[in-house]
Amino acid sequence: MLGLGAARLEADMNRLMALLFHQGVLDEQFMQLQQLQDESSPNFVSEVISIYFRESEKLLKNLRSLLADRECTDYTKIGIHLNQLMGSSSSIGAKRVRTVCLAFRAASEHSNWSGCLRSLEVLEHEYCYLKTKLHELFQMEQHRVMAAGARYHPALS
Amino acid sequence: MGGEFIEEADMDVLPSMWPDDIGNEARKQFNMERPGVNRDMLEDVTIKDDPSVVDFKRLLELTSYSEKGSSQLAYLVKHWEYKHNNAVRLLNEEINILSKQRQEVELKKLEILEEHRFEEDSYAGSKRSVSILEDACDIWGRVPRRRNDILAYSRKLAIDADYDTVMYWKQRAMQLDKMLEESIEREHILTQKLEENIKDLETQPSPVEELSQILKRADNFLHFILQTAPIVIGHQDKELRYRFIYNHFPRLEEEDIIGKTDEEIFCGAGVKEIQDFKREVLERGSPAKREFTFDTPLFGSKTFMIYVEPVFSKAGDRIGVNYMGMDVTDQVAKREKMAKLREEIAVQKAKETELNRTIHITEETMRAKQMLATMSHEIRSPLTGVVSMAEILATTKLDREQSQLLDVMLSSGDMVLQLINDILDLAKFESGAMKLEATKFRPREVVRHVLQTAAASLKKELTLEGHVADDVPVEVIGDVLRIRQILTNLISNAIKFTHEGKIGINLHAVSEQHPGCQEQHHQGLTPVLPSTRLAKKNSSETQSYIDRETSHCSTCQERPDQNSNGKHHLTNEDTEKHNQKYEKIVWLRCDVYDTGIGIPDKALPSLFKKYMQASADHARKYGGTGLGLAICKQLVELMGGNLTVTSKEHCGSTFTFVLPYKVPLKRECPDDRDEDAAISDSDVTTDYSIDEKNGSFIFKPRTWGTLFSSDESTVCKTKLSGSSMLDTLDSSNGLSESVSFSSSDCTSRTSVDGVSPISDATKTLTELKGPVQQSLGHNGNDFRRINRRDEGCQDSRNGFVMHKFNSSIMDSSRTHWISGLQQGKMASSKGVNMAESGKCVPTCQSPRHEKEDNKSKCTSDRSSFKILLAEDNKINIMVAQSMMKQLGHRIDVVNNGLEAIRAIQHSRYDLILMDICMPVMDGMQATRLIRSFEEHGYWDASVSNGDDHAMACPDSLSHGPDAGRCRKRIPIIAMTANALAESAADCLANGMDSFVSKPVTFQNLKQCLQQYLPC
Repeated sequence: MLGLGAARLEADMNRLMALLFHQGVLDEQFMQLQQLQDESSPNFVSEVISIYFRESEKLLKNLRSLLADRECTDYTKIGIHLNQLMGSSSSIGAKRVRTVCLAFRAASEHSNWSGCLRSLEVLEHEYCYLKTKLHELFQMEQHRVMAAGARYHPALS
Repeated sequence: MGGEFIEEADMDVLPSMWPDDIGNEARKQFNMERPGVNRDMLEDVTIKDDPSVVDFKRLLELTSYSEKGSSQLAYLVKHWEYKHNNAVRLLNEEINILSKQRQEVELKKLEILEEHRFEEDSYAGSKRSVSILEDACDIWGRVPRRRNDILAYSRKLAIDADYDTVMYWKQRAMQLDKMLEESIEREHILTQKLEENIKDLETQPSPVEELSQILKRADNFLHFILQTAPIVIGHQDKELRYRFIYNHFPRLEEEDIIGKTDEEIFCGAGVKEIQDFKREVLERGSPAKREFTFDTPLFGSKTFMIYVEPVFSKAGDRIGVNYMGMDVTDQVAKREKMAKLREEIAVQKAKETELNRTIHITEETMRAKQMLATMSHEIRSPLTGVVSMAEILATTKLDREQSQLLDVMLSSGDMVLQLINDILDLAKFESGAMKLEATKFRPREVVRHVLQTAAASLKKELTLEGHVADDVPVEVIGDVLRIRQILTNLISNAIKFTHEGKIGINLHAVSEQHPGCQEQHHQGLTPVLPSTRLAKKNSSETQSYIDRETSHCSTCQERPDQNSNGKHHLTNEDTEKHNQKYEKIVWLRCDVYDTGIGIPDKALPSLFKKYMQASADHARKYGGTGLGLAICKQLVELMGGNLTVTSKEHCGSTFTFVLPYKVPLKRECPDDRDEDAAISDSDVTTDYSIDEKNGSFIFKPRTWGTLFSSDESTVCKTKLSGSSMLDTLDSSNGLSESVSFSSSDCTSRTSVDGVSPISDATKTLTELKGPVQQSLGHNGNDFRRINRRDEGCQDSRNGFVMHKFNSSIMDSSRTHWISGLQQGKMASSKGVNMAESGKCVPTCQSPRHEKEDNKSKCTSDRSSFKILLAEDNKINIMVAQSMMKQLGHRIDVVNNGLEAIRAIQHSRYDLILMDICMPVMDGMQATRLIRSFEEHGYWDASVSNGDDHAMACPDSLSHGPDAGRCRKRIPIIAMTANALAESAADCLANGMDSFVSKPVTFQNLKQCLQQYLPC
């Protein structure tokens, strides 16, 4: 029974991952992350991702506040923030977030305030989507681990 | 006169014979109190002398002839006759009664005498002669028993003596005697009474007296009533001559009025009218009322209510009119005032309603606008989502058809966004929320940038030109965004409606006093004149260049130098001179002209109206909402200028706006000058050749023909050779880059074009011939220089021109870079290639295999290298750490370039992984500093100063044996966030050895490390 549940959960996870890959939400870099997870760091992926979320949320908040006033928007700062976000997003393979960041950065380079705001909205949307999906994934992972009992399998072993 | 007078007959006789109501209706007209009751009422009233003027003869005539007068008189007479008849009748009756009684008494007396005789005779005979008497006895019954005192006869004769005795008879005789005496006495009284009555009758007044008395009383009453009434009563005959007039305030004597007509008496307004009115009434035969306003010298301006009725004779002929007039001047005045007030109230009310409606409409409009703004906002949000997603989609891999469709989608989305922005702008204007900001900007740059942008998106074969006169200040203060918006709008309009020819912007200062221009402006301008004149000469020269259109580099290159020199000098001087005193205001006139379809005259008035286009036909053909010009106009007006248009159909139109700008007080240090320029540089279009001279820009559609035909100078040859060099270089590399190269080729051509006279450019060319690596380095430096926006371009000699060329160099150098890089890659490292191929095949399986391989490898050569990671992104650090762990390397992490340098100063690393974008000090700078140290053996001042303590002892001392190794080149691998060629080039130019593009994959990292770490 337990084994069956674990198998089902694993199948669900794979399906979700496939979906995310198909949608372009994630890319192969996420695989890289999973590869880096091994016995010595069993929760590597989830750790990285949670740090990513923490950092990104800060960055998004900053971006939002930076764009609050059209008249005195510091585009250089926005650029820096975006580079940060882009760097981390590409590291975890959040492909779509990264693409939105690219567009955002292009807008900020042109000091296009409305473009920035637009991008920020999309970015937030993308970010939320990513977060929900990854949460889902990690929940399944947790259940799977629990279902699999004490036996621990690295994600891709 | 009637009923009441009947009572006056003090006789109690058969009232039923005379009904109370005998008169016609007229009788009520003259009701008076009985004179006896309150006689003295009128005695208190002093009736002033009679104001009425009477023609008595006429009155007599009237009473006898006119129906009304005679009937009235007859009535009076009848009444009087009746009264007296009544009295006579009563007296007669009385007499009759009395005489009857007397007869009876005599009869009785005779009878008594006979009886006595018979009684005496009865002795002798028994003959009864009383047969008649029996009847006579009944006579009492026939007498009306009205008066009791007369009924003495009914008294019974009481005789005590026995019948037929002497005594009896004696007694009887005595009684009868007594009765007789009584009767006689009564008769006497009656006679007396009769006499009294007769006497009384004589004392009764004559009818005429009584009549006149009544009339007098009526007259008195009338006077009493009318004495202060503002009434005029009159009678006029058939010829409308006055016969009678009663006027309380007589102004004229009797002889002035009687027998005269109105017109004869008065003159002035209203007199003729009343005369006509009276005549009309007379003719029509029915009474009428009308109001007349008189304005006569006699009694001034007065309004009378006039009632006129015709008078008829007994035969029914008209014999005159009665009229009555009442002064209603005050009432009329009041009435008119009232009417006026009422009118005013009505007007007020109407106004109020109007106002309310306006308020309502305004509110409604405001609400609508609010709605519009909200709606626009609401529409914009999802739309931005759509557009952004489309933009993102555009960055993904698409086939040609898809990207075409996407292009349409994006441009449509942008159009809708633009439209909504326009609507929002308009709503802002109308609600007054539009605010302008004052920023310093360079009009030249704005013009050039607008043209560049337009040229970049131009799809037609049009020449775009711009000319900025030399009298335009280098810097002015204004709302640059809005001005740009206006220019962009006008230019895009011009492009839309122009199919061939040219479009251009002319910017120059207007020296004449512009309407609405402040005095300040005048003050500011006048001293400038000499310099403007000089400048104008220059501008006319430059103008002629444009006219020739094909620019000859050799000739034009020198002059602008002079020009710009002179100009700079001048502007410097005069601005400084005046800024000491005033904040100068300058009016700049901007003409945006085109050779397009033009605007028909009839469409001109509605041109700047919202949602209006020249014609519906145009709207269909050219699209657009017609908001652009309206917004432009409002913007210009908001800024205190005006926007006008002149146009000739089929020849083109010119939109002109004149705006005031402040000229900044302080001269700017030339540092920030290139900020605008740098921005514009980023937009440099490669599709268009840009000819730029001092103040003039021409963006021509690039065609090979013009280039070849116009380029005759030796410089151009050089240019050609240069480009051919590039070509050969290109082909020698044997790369498949030829397409992209040729496109960049033209940029380099232009650049060469302009720069050629400058030694720099030739150097560039020669260097192109040299080893690729070297040219890369040089160009890379050039590029860096621009990127960092410092020095270089700011030598005032070359000004913007130089700047422009630099950017072109940048382009060309970039191109070479790429080729060089690829060459390098081909030659030396297949690792990079492998890295790329690895990136191209992102499968889940293959990395796993690799990883296993790596693991075995890593464990085998676990020489444990020490690696420094300079990275500020936590995620990246985690990932890199994890990867290094798997690779079996030790890793130190620092968060920025400065920290990295510190770390190197303190310990030795085998390899540095350097992120580019970092706070405090970026990877590039850090690398440069490290390389510089490696070269010269000492740290740059900026770093050593920051850490004196560490620097106090040189490296060679602190880590003796390590010193040599420190001097050894540490491999630095850049980690670039965007794997664009330019940042790769940058990395190498800054002394980095290689780069890994982010996101770092295990494969890439491993391969990269393998190159530099001896395994």
